[in-house]
Amino acid sequence: MPEDYNQTKGRIFDIQRYSIHDGNGIRTIVFLKGCFLKCRWCCNPESQRHDIETMVVQGKETVIGRDVTVQEVMETVFKDRPYYRRTGGGLTLSGGEMLFQWEFARDLLRAAREGGITTAVESTAFAEYARIEALLPYLDQYLLDIKHMNSEKHKAFTGVPNEKILENARKIAEDGRAELSIRVPTIPTFNDTPEEIRAIAAFAEKLPGVKRMHLLPYHRLGLDKYEGLGRTYSLNNIAPPSAEHMEMLKKAAESVTKIPCVIGG
Amino acid sequence: MEKYYAAELPKTERIGKLVADLFAKMPEIESARAILITESYRKTEGKPMVLRRALAFSHILKNLPITIRPGELVVGSTTLAPRGCQTYPEFSWEWLQAEFDTVETREADPFYIAETTKKELREANAYWKGKTSSELADAYMTPETHKAIEHNIFTTGNYYYNGIGHYTCQYDKVIRIGLSGIMKEAATELYGMKPGDGNYARKSTMLQAVILSCQAVIDYAARYAALAEEMAKGEADATRKQELLQIAENCRNVPGNGAKTFWEACQSFWFIQQTLQIESSGHSISPGRFDQYMNPLFQSDLAAGRITREFGQELIDCIWVKLNDLNKCRDAASAKGFAGYSLFQNLIVGGQTEEGRDATNDVSFMCITASKHVFLPMPSLSIRVWNGSPHDLLMHAASLTRTGIGLPAYYNDEAIIPAMMERGASLKEARGYSIIGCVEPQVPGKTDGWHDAAFFNMCRPLELVFSGGMDLGEQISVRTKDVEEMTSYEEFFQAYQEQMNYLISLLVNSDNAIDVAHATLTPNPFESCLIDDCMKKGLCLEEGGAQYNFTGPQGFGIANVGNALYAVKKLVFDEKKVSMRELKQALKINFGQGLDEAGATALAMEAIRGMEAEGRTVAKEDVPAVVQAVLSSELPSDKKARYTEIWEMIKALPKFGNDDPEVDEFAREAAYCYSRPIETFTNPRGGQYQAGMYPVSANVPLGAQTGATPDGRLAHTPVADGVSPYAGTDVNGPTAACNSVAKLDHMIASNGTLFNMKFHPSALAGDKGLDNFINMIRGFFDQKGFHMQFNVVDRNTLLDAQVHPEKYSHLVVRVAGYSALFTTLSRSLQDDIISRTEQTDAV
Repeated sequence: MPEDYNQTKGRIFDIQRYSIHDGNGIRTIVFLKGCFLKCRWCCNPESQRHDIETMVVQGKETVIGRDVTVQEVMETVFKDRPYYRRTGGGLTLSGGEMLFQWEFARDLLRAAREGGITTAVESTAFAEYARIEALLPYLDQYLLDIKHMNSEKHKAFTGVPNEKILENARKIAEDGRAELSIRVPTIPTFNDTPEEIRAIAAFAEKLPGVKRMHLLPYHRLGLDKYEGLGRTYSLNNIAPPSAEHMEMLKKAAESVTKIPCVIGG
Repeated sequence: MEKYYAAELPKTERIGKLVADLFAKMPEIESARAILITESYRKTEGKPMVLRRALAFSHILKNLPITIRPGELVVGSTTLAPRGCQTYPEFSWEWLQAEFDTVETREADPFYIAETTKKELREANAYWKGKTSSELADAYMTPETHKAIEHNIFTTGNYYYNGIGHYTCQYDKVIRIGLSGIMKEAATELYGMKPGDGNYARKSTMLQAVILSCQAVIDYAARYAALAEEMAKGEADATRKQELLQIAENCRNVPGNGAKTFWEACQSFWFIQQTLQIESSGHSISPGRFDQYMNPLFQSDLAAGRITREFGQELIDCIWVKLNDLNKCRDAASAKGFAGYSLFQNLIVGGQTEEGRDATNDVSFMCITASKHVFLPMPSLSIRVWNGSPHDLLMHAASLTRTGIGLPAYYNDEAIIPAMMERGASLKEARGYSIIGCVEPQVPGKTDGWHDAAFFNMCRPLELVFSGGMDLGEQISVRTKDVEEMTSYEEFFQAYQEQMNYLISLLVNSDNAIDVAHATLTPNPFESCLIDDCMKKGLCLEEGGAQYNFTGPQGFGIANVGNALYAVKKLVFDEKKVSMRELKQALKINFGQGLDEAGATALAMEAIRGMEAEGRTVAKEDVPAVVQAVLSSELPSDKKARYTEIWEMIKALPKFGNDDPEVDEFAREAAYCYSRPIETFTNPRGGQYQAGMYPVSANVPLGAQTGATPDGRLAHTPVADGVSPYAGTDVNGPTAACNSVAKLDHMIASNGTLFNMKFHPSALAGDKGLDNFINMIRGFFDQKGFHMQFNVVDRNTLLDAQVHPEKYSHLVVRVAGYSALFTTLSRSLQDDIISRTEQTDAV
């Protein structure tokens, strides 16, 4: 008897419908809890720990995180089938890092694929490649974050070095089954110089078949959440980059790659 | 293969000036029409009514002051002052006279009125005492109906106070053969009759009235021709002089004859649209499929090199301005229900031809562009969407939606065509449908839909279930079983249906009384000659002359009733967490959340009734003191806590609009409680009743007359609008709301359903945003949704959403890299988005 992947359990903290700016078409994003990285600018700090926790949201203590089966998640995801059908949309897994619960992620993607809708992940790719490889048969789009080419600086701002990420990026690209886009959260004081962006773009240029490169401007939208979780936000003193600065960085990237480069999701 | 020219044409300087002139002053009430119709009526007493109407129409058009406004290319103004209005004393006048001193300062739709105008109107109005259609309607209504209206169960004020309107006539025919062609048809009918024919008296008189009316409109156009010639003589500017001479030539030819050029077609269309409003005060006289009947002459002009695309656009823009020049003063209460000076002139583009081909043409695109250029509420621009609609037309429409103008409204051919066939239209006719007023589909040129016939507040019968049909101490509806003795949800639901059925029958009584009054006193021969089969039958529209006759009163509060039924079943009968006695008390005392004077009065009246039942008498002058006593009495804290607890329990239940199959089914059943009984009734014109589910803006004033409801809605707050979820209760995003609304049976509500959604411009950003937006509409329409319209909101709305988050729970905003519901975001994020919007606005 084949295992029933629909009964696989996992931990999520949100499901967001009518997501229209990440991936193709109208999508439903499932946010999985738990992450390997601790990015200092993270706008979803409640996603980092795998544990269920409480956060103060608009003055109210709110439980963050719930355990669900693949089937339960897909019941909600499939409700928007009429819109996926019209747009080629479908399921997007985000986090946290969906690879933190890779078996659950794999089975969600599989259920979506079997159900005839498209699949995408937003991911850091920081995991053993075997975990990623397990997802690829069910995956249409891989939106992969590359934050810095210098491993030490990467570690200083995210808590982990970058070698494994870069290696996985190369393997995903070479595998070719999932359409790969590289996304760069552009963070002042961390990676917002033309040299740093150019280095990432040059790396992406060497990968086969990268569809697009996205420069995502830094924002402070998660600030309240740190307070709500009783944590401190260590990037208090930086401001979001100006439109002109982002435009300049885009040009820098384009100077070393033919991959279409866009600002924002 | 491109069948059409899709690029956006530029706006000319003239259009900006015309719009600015139009809005330079507050609209004004003028007296000319009232004086003229009174003069005519005085002279024609004793003649057949239809002839009196034609003679009056003729007298008005001969003498009404005329003007050509600076820069106009299409002429014809009902008032000297821009956006002014005439009055229509033959329908009603007392309300206006009573409001003479407040109409200028009222909140909804104020009008300036000069002292001399007041004096002239008082003199004219004096003639009409006892002669109006509203007085006759009153006489026809049963006492029970009057009582139900007094107690705010429904309002039939629209046609009680005004003419009917609400049709689309055969503009295409006038453009093709002219009014002279129609007069010929009338004459042929007339000469075909023999004096001994059974219907001779009626039909021959009606046809004479038609001929008189058509001639009156032709003569009216000739007055404009003469004025234009006169103005041309004194015009120094050579270009303008030439324009005026061309206007004169146009007005000599149309609408008397068929139009030879696109400019003439525009002028012909406009004279019809304008004079129809002079004939009666009906609103929602809707241009319908303008792109279909205007495109042929535009194409032949283009082919002959007689016109440029740019000038064609300018002419359409000019018509758009003129549609905003027409205005109407309603009574203060109705003005709140139809807020925004709207005349609801619905104009629709796209869709299918009668043969089922895509109907998109150049003019379809130009109409959407015109709304961008003019940026005014009229026309109520609509677009028909079907499975074969071209993507670029929808993209152009969505780019208009993105501006925040709230236009166009989107209609689903795939649901509306079968719904109309179910009501008797042939496949060809159904494919040719257009929309009247707000959302009402019909076969143009063949239908008297009596759309918009009433607002029926579905929450009020629910209140009456709790009181056994009593309201403010009076038995106004059926005495259903005492709620406290009910032992099952089925009993409760049955009581609601009994209340609904009885009150719906009174609504029908009211509408039919008004219907007969119009047929008797205000038949309109001019509109009737432009709608089949009036001339053949020899009956005006009001008398049942149209091929298709309906009455379409609308019910609203579906979401509230659905949520309320669900709450009663869950909390009272299934889980037994709340007793019926407690719920009844909680509703009376507004869930312990404070009483206003209306709530206190209701309680006081009940107390007084109790005292009277015990044999004690209460003097009328003591009532205010009892109300005061109720208002100042403090609710014991334990009771208040319990009522609040009940309120919280109700609020925590699933609500319609979140894609929850169980509660959505209750909303569907709630809608049936209105739509099923209503369609069993017939009207005096031999037609059927059909339900509409849209409130215009009446959900706010009528909500103010409704106590707390078991869905947790507090007393005297607005009820849900149309088929939309109750404000603030849909929290799962736009697709979830769409799916819930799609679960209602839209096909049975063939008088139209209305689904409102709010978006932030960021959610429609870029081509990708528009594309997904269109596909969300298509996804809703794939599930047989009927209609959708959108508010794309600006910064001020976002600021208001911060102060009143409960009103904006389904407001979608684009955050960083994703879209989200505005009110679920943190305050700082909200601030951030608001500041971002400012940047967008500055571009």
